Amino acid sequence: MNNTSWLFRMAWRDSRRSRARLLLFMASIVLGIAALVGINSFGDNLARSINSQARELLGADLVLSANQPFDAKLEPALSRLGTARTREVSFASLVQFRPGRGTRLAQVRARDGGFFYGAWETEPKAAARRFADTTAAPGALVDDVLMTQFGAKIGDSVQVGNVVLPIIGRVLKTPGQSGITSAVAPTVFLPLKEVTATGLVQRGSRVRYTRSYQFAPGADVAATVKALQARLDAADIDTDTVAERQRSTGRAFADLTRYLSLVAFVALLLGCVGVASAVNLYVREKLAAVAVLRCLGASGRQALLIYLIQTAGLGFIGAVLGAALGAAVQTLLPRVLGDFLPVDITVSVSWGAIGTGLLTGLLMAVLFALLPLLSIRRVSPLRVLRTAFEDDTAGPDPVRGIVIGIIGLFILAFAYGQTRDWKLTLGFGAGLLAAFGALAGLGRLLMGAVRRFFPAGWGYVWRQGLANLYRPQNQTLTLVTSIGLGTFLLATLFLTQAMLLGRVQIAEQKSAANLVLFDIQPEQRAGVEALLTAQQLPVLQRVPIVTMRLTAINGTSVSVIKKDTARGIPAWALTREYRVTYRDSLNSSEKLVAGTAPVIGPDKIPRISVESGYLERTKLHLGDTLDFNVQGLPQRTIIGSTREIDRSRVQPSFLVIFPAGVLEGAPQFQVVLTHTPNTAALAAVQQQLVQRFPNVSAIDLGLILTTLNDIVDKISFVIRFMAGFSILTGLLVLSSSVVISRYQRVRESVLLRTLGASRRQILRITLVEYGLLGLLAALAGIGLAVLAAWALAVWVFEASFGLAVLPLLGLAALVTVLTAGIGLFNSRDVLRRSPLEVLRAEG
Amino acid sequence: MSILRVENLTKTYPSAGQPLTVLHAVSFDLQAGDTFAIVGPSGSGKTTLLGLCAGLDRATSGSVWVNGIQLDNLSEDQRAAVRNEHVGFIFQNFQLLPTLTALENVLVPLELRGQRGATRTALDLLDRVGLAARAGHYPAQLSGGEQQRVSLARAFANRPAVLFADEPTGNLDPDTSERVVNLLFELNREAGTTLVLVTHDLELAAKTQRTLRLRGGKVVEVSGMNEIIN
Repeated sequence: MNNTSWLFRMAWRDSRRSRARLLLFMASIVLGIAALVGINSFGDNLARSINSQARELLGADLVLSANQPFDAKLEPALSRLGTARTREVSFASLVQFRPGRGTRLAQVRARDGGFFYGAWETEPKAAARRFADTTAAPGALVDDVLMTQFGAKIGDSVQVGNVVLPIIGRVLKTPGQSGITSAVAPTVFLPLKEVTATGLVQRGSRVRYTRSYQFAPGADVAATVKALQARLDAADIDTDTVAERQRSTGRAFADLTRYLSLVAFVALLLGCVGVASAVNLYVREKLAAVAVLRCLGASGRQALLIYLIQTAGLGFIGAVLGAALGAAVQTLLPRVLGDFLPVDITVSVSWGAIGTGLLTGLLMAVLFALLPLLSIRRVSPLRVLRTAFEDDTAGPDPVRGIVIGIIGLFILAFAYGQTRDWKLTLGFGAGLLAAFGALAGLGRLLMGAVRRFFPAGWGYVWRQGLANLYRPQNQTLTLVTSIGLGTFLLATLFLTQAMLLGRVQIAEQKSAANLVLFDIQPEQRAGVEALLTAQQLPVLQRVPIVTMRLTAINGTSVSVIKKDTARGIPAWALTREYRVTYRDSLNSSEKLVAGTAPVIGPDKIPRISVESGYLERTKLHLGDTLDFNVQGLPQRTIIGSTREIDRSRVQPSFLVIFPAGVLEGAPQFQVVLTHTPNTAALAAVQQQLVQRFPNVSAIDLGLILTTLNDIVDKISFVIRFMAGFSILTGLLVLSSSVVISRYQRVRESVLLRTLGASRRQILRITLVEYGLLGLLAALAGIGLAVLAAWALAVWVFEASFGLAVLPLLGLAALVTVLTAGIGLFNSRDVLRRSPLEVLRAEG
Repeated sequence: MSILRVENLTKTYPSAGQPLTVLHAVSFDLQAGDTFAIVGPSGSGKTTLLGLCAGLDRATSGSVWVNGIQLDNLSEDQRAAVRNEHVGFIFQNFQLLPTLTALENVLVPLELRGQRGATRTALDLLDRVGLAARAGHYPAQLSGGEQQRVSLARAFANRPAVLFADEPTGNLDPDTSERVVNLLFELNREAGTTLVLVTHDLELAAKTQRTLRLRGGKVVEVSGMNEIIN
């Protein structure tokens, strides 16, 4: 028997009259696959772009950087490196624009040339060349963001410390810098020779010294670095090569696209749940035909294969449509994620991503469709004689358990493929299970509550609409889950965003500090405080800061520990510059976890307090000995206590706190916190500071709030974009389930109309049913979102949880109206045409 | 040659915790070309008996042989193969596949066997029942009588040894019924098939050589044959 070709022929013939309907339920997976292909194609293109533009990212072949001037002993070796070199000194400082006198904290980069690679775009274009020309009159290049903020024009001046320079151009793009970097720390470029005159580079100032090198084409940069590595390490000089930058940037963005693709996968899963649910309805319609086939001699396997081929074929069409849409979506993603990207993306078709998306989508759709299809195997031919015969498909089916197991394994394998981390994979699986379970549970609870507390006295239309949610073979739970998940994502995003911004807004309260002045030298302290007092601004807090480096832990030198990777102490903890304060007590934002407050021990060794997270990450313990180099002088300490810090409070926070009586004589600077009542007072104090204490920087927390708002807006746009796929998938699942169940609905509608129901009554019943369904889904999603946001508030952000009721009600209304609208739209045939006409068309 | 042999066929269902016997030890034996009617009131066990004889269900006890093949120990799929090879069906509600055309419905049993020239055979059969011109029509586009004639063509497509007809005229008007019945008996004669008819219609039952009357699952009367044993 030429079985296979007959199976395909039968699948084709049988699908003929319901192809449009079948295609619609396969449409549920289109968006999930589109999202998956879109994200992965984008990821591939991004990786390719990063690889091809890595040199442009770095702007050089090799970059060396350190927090202190380079050791003079290294100069002979460094001066022989490469064929061309540039130097840069960078630091944060208040800059002032003239004539407007606008003042703001900016990143100052003093350079003696441009970048070797990559586009340094300025306006006018010649400005970058003029900047790099050391013989030309000195001038500054200013970030477009800053120029726009202060309405500055080319030809105006900018003051940095004691230096006032004409602005010769605005910077539109800098190699290696993304839109977000510019927004957070807009840059002012100065000629390097002006840096001393600014008076801002002093002992204790936080300054980064950088040198960039260009090598001859084909030169082995890695080998050159390797030869110097030991000496560079000893001098605390960091190296960055094109290959390293390529790796680190590539890794960061690969992580981003992987996590986004997990979100896309959730949309695909939702679509698959929709497919399973729609196929379930379809199978029920087909049971009679299957029984006839069995009667005529088809085996259970043959009957199953006919419908499996059908759904797989349509799944394939859905997957192809999804992949095509995904290829289109990826062209949008560079725009969605544009501000986060350090490179220009060249969009091209990624066949790997399309292949993976097609295969994943098709496999998932077939596996999910198989769940209801399996019952076809067990359809008894006796159904042809007895229509009420239903015992055959009931009862447990072990193969169903196997398919569910395969689906679970596939989900975990996919998650692992994306994250390469078993903990995250299991977390994703558990989270998915919890979210689906909670939504289904909440949906069930709400359904029960509506049923139980529904006013019995309400009219027929309302009661019938409600009863439709409980009809046999209803899709209520599937729809509540799929639409609810989309609503959940949006509502959680909204609540978390509101909470994060709310936390920062606390900084704007009257009593809290909203301006932080730092880098105040000891001799400037009195002057700065006097300046504040003259402006009638309070000194809310003054904090001394001493910088130091770690030299040994428990007597073992840092250089030895660095080589011993088995200890698991992160390198940053060993090489960083520690900014330490000293006092005998903890402040209001700190909580003692173990030990006692900082104190000098009986053995004269100071007992320091370290932040608890730091202690954990560095694998240190109470009682361990830490040796520091305090700007040339050795200082032994013992860890005497650990603290937790509430980072939501506007307070300078420290990893390490010394007791008083140890560091008073060390070179140090001060941080002063104050509160400005309005922007005029803020501008006035910033202007005064620039004039009298140019090295003192000021952080305006109001500005940080605006910047943060901006960033959160951009991130939430990306998440909204992804959540949109879930919502749209939910609505597609709704559309397909309405269309699939239309046959049943038409019969009921015909019966109701025969019994005297008006078209208007049927319309209202449909409206009530879908309105209630949308409302249940929205409430389930929002309910879960409130729980999730509360959990995030309590355990992650440690912030107070507040509920913005009106926007959530708005979201619930929107989802309800959308659901009711789509339900009505897809039922329009039932309502518009005569019952007989509809029945003929459906038959 | 014995085409359908039934021995002590009993069917019991569990009902509210109690076993309910719907068919009590029925036995008979039919030869090639025999025509046989099973009659009785609703709930008498007619359809149950038909289902067991055709291998659509398993008996609680007793045995069934179709064309010499004992069905009792065969799996559902093996019984399906026997049905495809040796059995034809006609149903009261026609049971045509609604998504297939008339021709494709007739083709199903032939294609299931992988028979060569299936389309030619199916078209000949449709011609024989007077529906060659409607070969491309779907069941919904055919009248009840036409649907039953397509069903007849399908039933004879695999040249079955035994044909089971369950109330073949139950859904048809008298005139159409007569045409369908005449066609059924004509085709049966031409093919030499053994015909088992389940019906309420005593006039139709009278057209068969033998009749078995059931009540409450038991044989209460037999006529026209000596082989029936209760």
